[in-house]
Amino acid sequence: MTARDLMQGWLQRQLPPEHWQWLEERNAAGAATPEKDLFITLGLIPRKLGKADLDLTADDLAAAERVQPGWSPQGWSVDGTARVLTLLQTVAGRNDFPERFRQLCRTADVAEAIAFYRGLILYPSPEALEPQAAEGVRSNMRAIFEAVAHNNPYPRLYFDESRWNHMVLKALFVDSRLHPIQGLDERANAELAQMLRDYAHERWAAGRPVSPELWRCVGPFAQDEAALADLDQAARSSDPNEQAAAALALSVSPSPLAAERLAAMHELAAQIADGTLTWDVLSARLDAA
Amino acid sequence: MTTPMYIDPHAHMISRTTNDYEAMAAAGVVAVIEPAFWIGQPRTYVGTYIDYLSTIVGWERFRAGQFGIRHYCTIGLNSKEANNEELAEQVMEILPRFALKDGVVAIGEIGYDEQTPLEDKYFRAQLELAKELDLPVMIHTPHRDKKRGTSRSMDVVEEHGLPPDKVVVDHNNEETIAETLQRGFWAAFSIYPGSKMGNERMVELLKQYGAERIIVDSACDWGVSDSLAVPKTAKLAAERGIPQEQIHKACYANALAAYGQSGQMSEEDWLNPSPIDQRTLYAGNSILRGGAAPRIEEPVSPAQAEDKLIIR
Ligand SMILES: [Zn+2]
Repeated sequence: MTARDLMQGWLQRQLPPEHWQWLEERNAAGAATPEKDLFITLGLIPRKLGKADLDLTADDLAAAERVQPGWSPQGWSVDGTARVLTLLQTVAGRNDFPERFRQLCRTADVAEAIAFYRGLILYPSPEALEPQAAEGVRSNMRAIFEAVAHNNPYPRLYFDESRWNHMVLKALFVDSRLHPIQGLDERANAELAQMLRDYAHERWAAGRPVSPELWRCVGPFAQDEAALADLDQAARSSDPNEQAAAALALSVSPSPLAAERLAAMHELAAQIADGTLTWDVLSARLDAA
Repeated sequence: MTTPMYIDPHAHMISRTTNDYEAMAAAGVVAVIEPAFWIGQPRTYVGTYIDYLSTIVGWERFRAGQFGIRHYCTIGLNSKEANNEELAEQVMEILPRFALKDGVVAIGEIGYDEQTPLEDKYFRAQLELAKELDLPVMIHTPHRDKKRGTSRSMDVVEEHGLPPDKVVVDHNNEETIAETLQRGFWAAFSIYPGSKMGNERMVELLKQYGAERIIVDSACDWGVSDSLAVPKTAKLAAERGIPQEQIHKACYANALAAYGQSGQMSEEDWLNPSPIDQRTLYAGNSILRGGAAPRIEEPVSPAQAEDKLIIR
C-alpha cells in the first residue's frame, strides 16, 4: 500500500464514477503525458471534480500515518488530492521532477500551490524539493505558508536549522499558529529561543501582545537570569493563557531557579503536575478564543 | 437599508492601492474582474509575462480577498504586445496553462489596437483557444478608428463561430452601441475620464437603450481613472430617474450573467463563501453584511456633490 493507492481509493470512493474515470483517462499516459495536457488536467480538476472536502474516516487517517509517518490528509480537498495524485501519476517519477515542480509552483494559483506543497512529503526524493519548499514558506499568502508549515512533516525532516527557525518566527509574525507545526519540541534550539525572546522584546516595546505559544520553544533553553526574567514577565501578563504558557515553559527549563518560580504559581504548577495543563490543552483554548 | 451590490467587471487592480480596495468595498463593490492587459511599459520577455499572469491569478486575488472583494481575471495576450511577434509566439504557448486557473472567467482583453496583421493573427488564435476551452471572451475595442474596429472585431468573432452571448465587447460608445446590441453581443462601457465614456453620457444611453446586455465598468488602471466609477454611475443614474432594476442589471447582474458562463463566478462566492475560501482567500465583507450606507463621497453642497459624482 502506498500513498498513491490510498489517494486513489479515497477519490474513487467519493467521486461519481464518470468523474473518477475522467481523471484516470487524463493521467493514463503516465510519465509520457505531454506538458500542455498536464497543465490542462491540473486546471480542469476543480471544474470537473469540485472542491469538496475529502471525506476521511479515522481508519483512513491511520492508514495514511502508516504509509507515511506524519502525513495528515485531514482538511485536504478533493481537488487538492486529485492534483497531488496527478503529479504522482505523471511527472513525479521523472528525473527532472524538481525543475518541473518549481515551474508548477511558480505558475500555480492559490489552491494549486496549497495542494502541491501539502503533498511535498509524498513525492519521490523529497529532499531535492527543499528550495521550492522554502519558497512556499516565503509566500505572503498565509494559506500557502501554512501548507508547508502546518500538519506537514516536510520541514521537520528536511529544513536545516536556519530555515526551521525562520519558519517558526514567521508563523508568529503573520499571526499564524505554532501548534500545527510538526516537530516543534524536537527541533527547538538555543538560537531559535534567542530569536523568539528578541521578538518578544520587540512586541513588548511596541505595546503589542505576545503569543503564548512563543514560550514553548523558549522553555527548554531558559537557563540564564535574562531568559528567566522574560518568563517572569510573561507570567505577570493579565492574559491567563500567557501565564499558563510561562508556567509550561518554566516546567521544562534546565535551570534550578525555574522550579522555585514554578512552585510559586501554585495552581498552574499543580495542573502541570497532574497533566491537566499541557501545550495541547493550551492550544485548544487558543483555538476556541 | 442594505448597500446595493456592484460588480466592476473591468478593473486593473494590480495598478491600484489598498485605499481603492477599501473605498470600493465601502461603496458596495463585491467583485472585480481583472483583465490581463498592457501594463504601460512593454514586456519584452515571456518570463515577465508569466510572472504577470501568475500575479493576477494569485497574489492580486488574495489581496482583494483581504478587503472582502472577490477577484476574478481574464487571461490573454493584449493587442499592443501582439505586435512583438517573438514575444507573442511564446505567450501563446503559455496561455493554456493559465486559462484554466481558479477564477479565470474569460479569454481577454483581446482584439485590436492599430489593427495590424499580427494583431489580427493573435486575436484569431485566442478566439480559437476560447472555443477549445469553452470560455467567454472579453474584447477590447480600439481607441482609434473605433467604429470600424468594433465592427471588424465582431465580424471576426462570428467568422470563428463563437456565439455572441459568450462575448463581451468593451469600451463601447454612442457610435458603436446600436450595432453591438443588434448583433447580440454584450455591450460594456468603461467609465474612464477623458478618453472613453463619462457617466452622464452613460446615463443618457441607459435612458435611450435600457439595460438589456449593457455592462458598466471602470477600466481603472495606472492612468487617471476612477475605481469608484461603477457605484458613482449607479448613484447618478438613480438620481436621474433610471429604474433600480435597470441599474442593478447594468452595474451587477449582466456582468455576472456574462462571465458566470465560465462556471467560475457565482453570487455564492461573496454571499455564502465556502469554508475553504474563507480559510484561504476571502476575508468576507463585514461592511456589506452590516448594511452600512455606501460611502462614495461626503456631499458638501448639492452642487458640489453633483460635481463630485460626475466623471468627465
Ligand atoms: Zn483594460
